[in-house]
Amino acid sequence: MADASSRKASLPTVLLLTAPAVLLMLVFLVGPLICLFVLSFTDYQLGAPSISLVGLANYAEMTGDETVTISIANTLIYVAIVVPASVALGLGAALLIDADGSLRGFYRAAYFLPVMATLIAMAIVWGFMLDPRIGAINFGLKAMGLQPLDFLNDRKIVLFTLCGIGIWQSVGFNMVLFMAGLTAIPPELYEAAAVDGARRGGARFRLVTWPMLAPVTLFTVVITAIRAFQVFDTVAVLTGGGPNKASEVLLHTIYSEAFGYFRVGYAAALVVVFLGFILVLSAIRVFVLDRRRQAQ
Amino acid sequence: MQAVSPKVMGIGRPAARGAVSLAGIAKQFGATSVLRGIDLDIRAGEFITILGPSGCGKSTLLRIIAGLEPQSAGTVAIDGASMDGLPPDRRDIAMVFQSYALYPHLTVAENIAVPLRMRRMTRLQRLPGAGVLPGVRRIAGSIGEAVRSVAATLRLESLLDRKPAQLSGGQKQRVALARAMVRQPKAFLMDEPLSNLDAELRVHMRAEIAQLHRQLGATFIYVTHDQAEAMTMSDRVAVILEGELRQIASPGELYRNPDDLRVAQFVGTPRINVLPAVAAATGIDVLGIPLARQSGLSAGSELQAAIRPERLVVTSDKSGLSGQVVYRENLGSDLFLHVAIEGVATPVIVRCDSSALDSTAVGVTVRVAVAAEHLLLFDLEGRRIGRHG
Repeated sequence: MADASSRKASLPTVLLLTAPAVLLMLVFLVGPLICLFVLSFTDYQLGAPSISLVGLANYAEMTGDETVTISIANTLIYVAIVVPASVALGLGAALLIDADGSLRGFYRAAYFLPVMATLIAMAIVWGFMLDPRIGAINFGLKAMGLQPLDFLNDRKIVLFTLCGIGIWQSVGFNMVLFMAGLTAIPPELYEAAAVDGARRGGARFRLVTWPMLAPVTLFTVVITAIRAFQVFDTVAVLTGGGPNKASEVLLHTIYSEAFGYFRVGYAAALVVVFLGFILVLSAIRVFVLDRRRQAQ
Repeated sequence: MQAVSPKVMGIGRPAARGAVSLAGIAKQFGATSVLRGIDLDIRAGEFITILGPSGCGKSTLLRIIAGLEPQSAGTVAIDGASMDGLPPDRRDIAMVFQSYALYPHLTVAENIAVPLRMRRMTRLQRLPGAGVLPGVRRIAGSIGEAVRSVAATLRLESLLDRKPAQLSGGQKQRVALARAMVRQPKAFLMDEPLSNLDAELRVHMRAEIAQLHRQLGATFIYVTHDQAEAMTMSDRVAVILEGELRQIASPGELYRNPDDLRVAQFVGTPRINVLPAVAAATGIDVLGIPLARQSGLSAGSELQAAIRPERLVVTSDKSGLSGQVVYRENLGSDLFLHVAIEGVATPVIVRCDSSALDSTAVGVTVRVAVAAEHLLLFDLEGRRIGRHG
């Protein structure tokens, strides 16, 4: 390393070699972001002939906007439920599949299927299954002697229904990440643990599996959180944010403002807030993982 | 290495502890037979090395003794008690792995403490923050004392707060040894523990492990493919070839008096020379040279005569075997001449004094004298015959 850094390349060479990457980043990342920031300080409406700077007016409006408050709260609840549940279930599934070699391929594929399937299409299938009259799930509830539930139209449960679909969709992805993490654990560590007295179950999990999976777990939590923040497809297809904003989430509010009411400037300000959340999560990942790597 | 406190290291304990006896051990993986009919009695306190080339099944045998792998047939007993079906932690053994297998997230002190925490503390007491429970402080204190004592023996005191990633290979090796020592097991099982170290450190650790064995007085079962390790450290060496125990003997006996040609060829560098021979009415005939040596075979039977490079002498005598020097290997202290002799498949290796460097050169023809009393005779299957003394 020291050798490589001490050999300095000439400045023109450096510029030439980094130019393609820098150019792509400017065009596809930095440029749009700057546009977004600028838009968020304007009153621009889609198709409007005029545009003028309004300063922080969009941000000020946001603080008094009940829809925004509800959608941020709903998004945070969604993340707070989906992330721990899908990470825990993904880890559990990975441990179970890893413990027994038989049918491993089948289970892995079965759990991973929801990840590969188009979520919009799957959301429509869920819509049928959750239908209060003809839905399979309510048939099941009735067969067990329980009250049928109106999963998508009851204000009290609609958000949790969406959480359930979100968990169903993320478990497979998390499972694959954990399975990769499990195969990276050296078998001698389990053997050393067996000789030391931590042969199975909780003791073995606490001594070897869990600490060795720590980096994978952190990565999985952050990735799942970022994906959960972006919940949109199921809301758009199944509830449209209803009933009465009970399932309104941040991305869907942005969509409605921009393409429903054409208030692009306001939507841009909301996107800035949304990016703020994502940025915090990415920063956690980068800093914690980097520090861990340096420690080793 | 410092002196060990007898109380902690168990020098004062009764000597007859850790006798490992294997009877009829066999192991198959599917249709592949890895070990066949291994009978081995390891005395309490003995340093025994299981020696063999890679893939001979020696590591599998160690794992069977440890309980990490079930045997297909046979019995493992420690101090007379059958260990069959018992998990590793109930066999009172400790194992040192080739890759050290330290827990990377724990400090050196915590790594060494793991076996004691697992044994002396309940599940509840091991939970983080359990220090408030009654008795936990006292147990933790006694564990800490044992860890410090072992760390002092292996000169690890200054490293106790480090993580394994911050240690060198030799230090990791010593931590792995400390973790094995801390609970005073009946037997130490070591699976090629030095093979990840560089050559110089390996020689140094060889001496340290041998000294540790003398201090602890426990049984050491050491698996290696390196015959130098086997010869320098062990009381006895068990040679395993192709899944079978070929010979068990002291290092000196193994070298001087191998039972089997393959053992003779595996032990000793450079390799033992093998010359074709024929039994004659009186003695044997090696490449046309009659030697006074009884083979016990009827005249005309073919056999193999093996001789160590240091037993051969370059001579001006006309009675020796004639051949051409094809290669000279100069080690400074010794000079090995590789001599191509007609009728022998591989060049015969002769050890000379390094002063012979001037008098020999590649391409010259030399004569090699074979002393009948130093020949080891084997039949065509490689079994030892005509043993004397």
